[in-house]
Amino acid sequence: MELILALAIGVLVGSGVWLLMRPRSYQVIVGLCLLAYGVNLFIFAMGRLYVGAAPIMPKGGFVDPTAYADPLPQALVLTAIVISFATTALFLVLMIASRGATGTDHVDGKERQS
Amino acid sequence: MMNDGAMPDHLMIAPILIPLVAGALMLFYSDRNRQTKLIMGLVAVGLTFLASIELMADVKSATEQGGTVVGLYRLGDWPVPIGIVLVLDRLSAMMVMLTALLAAPSLIYAAAGWQGKGQHYHSMFQFLLAGVNGSFLTGDLFNLFVFFEVMLAASYGLMLHGSGPERIKAGLHYLAVNLAASLLFLIGVALVYGTTGTLNMADIGRALYWLDDAERLLFHAAATFLGLAFLIKAAAWPLGFWLPPTYGAAAPPAAAIMAIMTKVGVYVILRLSLLVLGPDAGLSAGFGASVLMIGGVLTMGFGMIGVLGTPELVRKGGYLAIISSGTVLAAVGFAQAGGGSSMLGGALYYMIGSTAAIAAFFLIAEPVSRDDRGDDDDTPAEADGFDPLSERWAPMGLGTVEDTTAPASQRTVSWLTMAICFGLVAAMLAGLPPMPGFIGKLAILRGAVQDNLPAGGHLPVILWAYAAMLILSGLGALIALMRFGIRRFWAEEGPTPRILALEVVPVVMLLGMIGLQTLRSDALLGYTNATAGALLEPGVYRNAVLADAQDVRAAPVQNLAPDPVADDQDANGPNAAAEEAQ
Repeated sequence: MELILALAIGVLVGSGVWLLMRPRSYQVIVGLCLLAYGVNLFIFAMGRLYVGAAPIMPKGGFVDPTAYADPLPQALVLTAIVISFATTALFLVLMIASRGATGTDHVDGKERQS
Repeated sequence: MMNDGAMPDHLMIAPILIPLVAGALMLFYSDRNRQTKLIMGLVAVGLTFLASIELMADVKSATEQGGTVVGLYRLGDWPVPIGIVLVLDRLSAMMVMLTALLAAPSLIYAAAGWQGKGQHYHSMFQFLLAGVNGSFLTGDLFNLFVFFEVMLAASYGLMLHGSGPERIKAGLHYLAVNLAASLLFLIGVALVYGTTGTLNMADIGRALYWLDDAERLLFHAAATFLGLAFLIKAAAWPLGFWLPPTYGAAAPPAAAIMAIMTKVGVYVILRLSLLVLGPDAGLSAGFGASVLMIGGVLTMGFGMIGVLGTPELVRKGGYLAIISSGTVLAAVGFAQAGGGSSMLGGALYYMIGSTAAIAAFFLIAEPVSRDDRGDDDDTPAEADGFDPLSERWAPMGLGTVEDTTAPASQRTVSWLTMAICFGLVAAMLAGLPPMPGFIGKLAILRGAVQDNLPAGGHLPVILWAYAAMLILSGLGALIALMRFGIRRFWAEEGPTPRILALEVVPVVMLLGMIGLQTLRSDALLGYTNATAGALLEPGVYRNAVLADAQDVRAAPVQNLAPDPVADDQDANGPNAAAEEAQ
């Protein structure tokens, strides 16, 4: 499982970084999304991997911390997802505005002269 | 610790709550009631300022001269390493006050017309203040991320306020750069949590002792990621190319308040590098100090070249902000490497004055650039009805009396006030006496020489480079600004652009603040020196935060089967962790 997760994070971040360097704003936004997915999985992995363990302990029941997943990274991921979703939505709006204002989807607002 | 008793000091959360509530309340009003919103905003800023005065009085030790009291506020009253805390010390109190002081002039300036150029200016402004104050006050790394995002989300809106292709283009770049930086921040936070098992800034420093070699390597990687993220926000070279176009394109009042945002990046680097990686951090002591020193000096050089090279006045402001960031960053690097506290104290003093001056610069730059025909040094005069030759023959406007088409009376009082303010701000940014820029730089240089001159009498090379850069960057700023000032205020004839009193008043307010900083420089330098001293003794901060913290890691894993008598109390510790995730 570790190998699969590591590969997934690597592929997501690698593709994200490559797309981030591209000149089209749509590629940049997809790249940022992929990067955010990779980073979110990474935060998850930093809380160590558990299989079939609940993060929330029952009230008053038997509590052995080793039988439960670490809840903190899950909370962090949730927050990070919300924030990156909102900022990506804003970026999308801005991208459309830029397309309307400049007539091109190049990130610099004009095609490169060559 | 202030809250030894049962009653916590609720005032500490006021600088976050006041703008947040004010910003939210404004949303209930229609956007046409701008005057109402303006008054609400000014009241909120005033209340924040009053709260910051009270907080600043709290951090000064009553018994010991120059001592520090660290205040702690547990959000939701969760026990310390589990829950999120707000921490108040000299540095955060000072930064909160600076934010409030910059916010008021910026709001008044916006009332001159910019507030009406788009939607919800005042709400976004208040949310920005809430995010900035939160970043200054929080003691938790992930909470810092959240406040950072609050601040950035508001700043995207403010940056785009007024719309237009130029702003949209710069905003697109700004947004992309900051999204990428936020992701680096998250990677750093995740690595810190993975290695130390905590996100409380004071607790991270404590957990650092127990790391083995492999974990320490990972922790250093985390510190590098966090450092990269904050250096991007602080616009250090080579990560600061986004700043001048962004600030140049933003509306002037927005750019003025965004001057504090680069300082938030500087603040976090200052806080983390001295608290976590400071001199007492064992094997990790001084990690990244050389990057800060060399990077800071290079940043100052980059800013100097930029301010000399760019023709647009607003962009010069961006490069001046970069110079100011670089100056403080390098001083932090020196302090982290053991360069003594008086240098850092001088740098903090310089930071207050230069931030106010840069904010004032952005407010001046737009009105005086109105109807500016640009730098006509090497381009022939525009063919706008004048004979280009006659224009060329009146260098610096020193033509004979008969030639002068525009009598002096055409220069309005507000124009002249702006010109004088421009000169004073330029003197401040160049570091000429008696402005605080001079006093701050002198204090930095004196600290550098006094604390670092060993018996042999040789300063390290990097300190020489820093001292030289400190003076050269001032010279660069002086040349660039005087060139503009002479051309625009002396040489130019013809009617001056209309400048409203509402645009002059905030600039005069900021200059008054700078003047006060000179007049009370003794008290202020004493405060910043004590701040620097406290920052270099992170034990005080750490002990105050962790005074009654249980160490969750040190406890062996035990069977916490419910005790029939007191099951709720026993399960409290682990449950707290689970509850906090909600």
